[in-house]
Amino acid sequence: MPSVSLNVNGQAVSAEVEGRTLLVDFLRDHLGLTGTHVGCDTSQCGACVVHLDGKAVKSCTVFAVGCDGVEVTTIEGLARNGRLHPMQEAFQENHGLQCGFCTPGMIMAGVDLVRRRGKSLDESTIRAELDGNLCRCTGYHNIVKSIQAGAAKM
Amino acid sequence: MSDTGIGARVRRKEDRRFITGRANYTDDINLKNQTYGYFVRSPHAHATIDSINISQALKAPGVIAVLTGEDLAADKLGGLICGWMIHSKDGSPMKVGPHPALAQGKVRYVGDHVAIVVAKTKAQAKAAGELVRVSYGELPAVVDPADAQKSGGPPVHDLAPNNTVFEWALGDKAATDGAFARASHVTKMNIVNNRLVPNAIEPRAAIGSYDAASDHFTLYTTSQNPHVARLVISAFVGIAPENKLRVVAPDVGGGFGSKIFIYAEEVLCLWASKRIGGRPVKWTAERTESFQADAHGRDHVTEAELAMDQSGKIIGLRVKTIANMGAYLSTFASCVPTYLYATLLSGQYNIPAIYAEVDAVYTNTAPVDAYRGAGRPEATYVVERLVETAAREMKIDPAEFRRRNFITSFPHQTPVIMTYDAGDYHASLEKALGLADYKGFPARKAAAAAKGKMRGIGFSTYIEACGIAPSAAIGSLGAGVGLWESAEVRVNPVGTVEILTGSHSHGQGHETTFAQLASDRLGIPIDNVSVIHGDTDKVQFGMGTYGSRSGAVGMTAIAKALDKIEAKAKKVAAAVMEAAEGDVEFKDGSFTVKGTDKKMAFGEVALAAYVAHKFPSNEIEPGLKEGSFHDPSNFTFPAGCHICEVEIDRETGMTEIVNWVAVDDFGTIINPMIVEGQVHGGIAQGVGQALTEACVYDRESGQLLTGSYMDYCMPRAHDFPEFKLGFTETKCPSNPLGMKGCGEAGAIAAPAAVMNAVTDALGVRDLPMPASPHRVWRTIKGMRLAAE
Repeated sequence: MPSVSLNVNGQAVSAEVEGRTLLVDFLRDHLGLTGTHVGCDTSQCGACVVHLDGKAVKSCTVFAVGCDGVEVTTIEGLARNGRLHPMQEAFQENHGLQCGFCTPGMIMAGVDLVRRRGKSLDESTIRAELDGNLCRCTGYHNIVKSIQAGAAKM
Repeated sequence: MSDTGIGARVRRKEDRRFITGRANYTDDINLKNQTYGYFVRSPHAHATIDSINISQALKAPGVIAVLTGEDLAADKLGGLICGWMIHSKDGSPMKVGPHPALAQGKVRYVGDHVAIVVAKTKAQAKAAGELVRVSYGELPAVVDPADAQKSGGPPVHDLAPNNTVFEWALGDKAATDGAFARASHVTKMNIVNNRLVPNAIEPRAAIGSYDAASDHFTLYTTSQNPHVARLVISAFVGIAPENKLRVVAPDVGGGFGSKIFIYAEEVLCLWASKRIGGRPVKWTAERTESFQADAHGRDHVTEAELAMDQSGKIIGLRVKTIANMGAYLSTFASCVPTYLYATLLSGQYNIPAIYAEVDAVYTNTAPVDAYRGAGRPEATYVVERLVETAAREMKIDPAEFRRRNFITSFPHQTPVIMTYDAGDYHASLEKALGLADYKGFPARKAAAAAKGKMRGIGFSTYIEACGIAPSAAIGSLGAGVGLWESAEVRVNPVGTVEILTGSHSHGQGHETTFAQLASDRLGIPIDNVSVIHGDTDKVQFGMGTYGSRSGAVGMTAIAKALDKIEAKAKKVAAAVMEAAEGDVEFKDGSFTVKGTDKKMAFGEVALAAYVAHKFPSNEIEPGLKEGSFHDPSNFTFPAGCHICEVEIDRETGMTEIVNWVAVDDFGTIINPMIVEGQVHGGIAQGVGQALTEACVYDRESGQLLTGSYMDYCMPRAHDFPEFKLGFTETKCPSNPLGMKGCGEAGAIAAPAAVMNAVTDALGVRDLPMPASPHRVWRTIKGMRLAAE
């Protein structure tokens, strides 16, 4: 089996994995990081979004072996030293989640959106940029509000 | 109002685990020595199973067992059940086709369960599943509900000729026919309520675990009602008696109805675990499996007519609906197009005569059952499309047409069972008209036309019935269960509180709102209250969460248990403070003795109850724990007015929702932030039905054409505007909190509002859902051609 060495949430990780193992399965099944979710088979729902070297990626579209030398950040690694990330706080403050299943992907996508488009985000930009993240509970209304508020505080 | 009490916008207590990735969904759970189940599913819509060869699969790496319907039959397990008996007009009971968890002799839809492969890894199970050789004898399939009774092919179930499950009716036929005979205007429409796939973002999952040493089963499952699951799996399927089966529904990632039902996969993971000697068997659906085998929603074909007198007053409504039940009757399938549908056909209107006929049919499609709103969206869509169209035909403003017909005095007995207890439909309409700036619409329409857009406005003044009740009444209508709810309030010696509830939270925020109630009632900090749900070992029994019942029914049970806590605590406080029980008052978390300065905090009384030194325990039992089973005396009737405004691009057929106003009357609101979130989500699901979503089977072959998010168009963030919400309030008189329920309103109201707006913009009468760009574009093109 091929081996892979990567950094996950600040920790060095080395493992042997099957060539076909997806990054999301590696995170969930090998590392027990179950905050990253699988909601579809077709890379549509975005529940599995993590950051690879700081950029948002759907971890169901990436092979674990392809992540050699990569820094991976998952939802579990977003809060630092017990302090929530401003985007996490904003989701709680603005009721940006209900069942919570899409939430890790939404938060990780939101953080990446700020990296790419800046802290001052208008509503239509956020709505357009969320094209790759599905939510069935919130009607997106409060997710948009959360990302706007979280961006401003980042 | 305190900042955490009833009516406060309290931030959710449960959020932290979700926003930090520490939630505990079923697929996040891994048990020692766990194995993985993979389901071999039917690739055909309708076929005999002539033989199954498992020998190659058994030899595949990692495979532990391959089990088929023959094994299931050998173990004499019962099938899955439908818990609501409907009788046809002629008095005959509905025709219930057998529903074994693994198909026996015949498959009836694409995705039907044929075998379970159990292996050491998920990949091994799936790979071995490809090696199970099934020889099928293909049969003609029937898909569309309109075709089912006249297909002439082999019936889905032999015991149901012409695929008819039941032919049911409600209302006064003669009175309704009479109304139509004297009508001065009749509006008649053919209305299709499109089939939907619920699509909770968390796919269904189950882990079945059998412990041979104690002969005890545990099921972790994505369920909205774990106790009902345990009841069915014990009493009907016969896996194990209830005391030997624990069902846990941990964090559940959305349900919308689809996780109410008891599914084959849950039963089979339990059964397989025992079959392989006790190793746990885990299964998590892939999204395509969700499309194939989750219970779907809606799928009605309806002819409906509304009769008016010359003044625009409605005098009669006649409805004939064919409801698709799919290949098997799912857990509550039969009540959805009957008692949850036809009973709401009076809408918000004073309609003297209503007659509805509903034929339920089997087809070679996935089972259809309750989906957010469950029958009430279908009823609202029929009524509100008819009302808007009738107003246009009679050249009466649609708002004014509604005003002329609103029910204004309560209680109001409709001709279709329901007694509306309270409401103010004028208030919600007028408030919505103001928020939507209805007067400014003609100017906005002209401005849109100037830039080449077609602008339209549509109303939906909906009503629904929630908190389905009372148990005895629904029992007389065929329900196999009671629909009360349970609560237990456990006060710890230090005065902190655990609330155990039989309802289940999978996004609704019960851990916050239920704590708000207890905090408010007992005068203790909200952090001192924890809410426990979803585990049959912890909560004794409960009916679960659906039908917007957790507030009106579940919280009322908690309120009644809290009353008992107060009564018991007063006895303890009286004994400790050496006062007459009648002189003890409880306010803001303190017990005081009238006319004295004697005072004990709630926590001190709790401690005294457990220490039990200061009262005679032959008169007062130690401890402080009370329970309640609350059975409501009536349904609740949330109602409101949604107004949708759209702009349609003539060149692309794209419909943009440019304004959405929702004014709802939910009675008492515990947490406005959470209620608004429920409304937003409901609207989004309703808009999805109206503009983007459709579950499509090939009408000839029965193949599922929308089997993934590549083909089934889920609504996205850019499909919506910012919603404008308002509330009116009439208290519900049938529960002490005055609550009505808010979970389904948006999904009930929205489709009609959208389609009334789209047809207004296009200037057409009829348009089927979803109003996809292609369909709208074709409609526009047809109009242009006609004009040219």
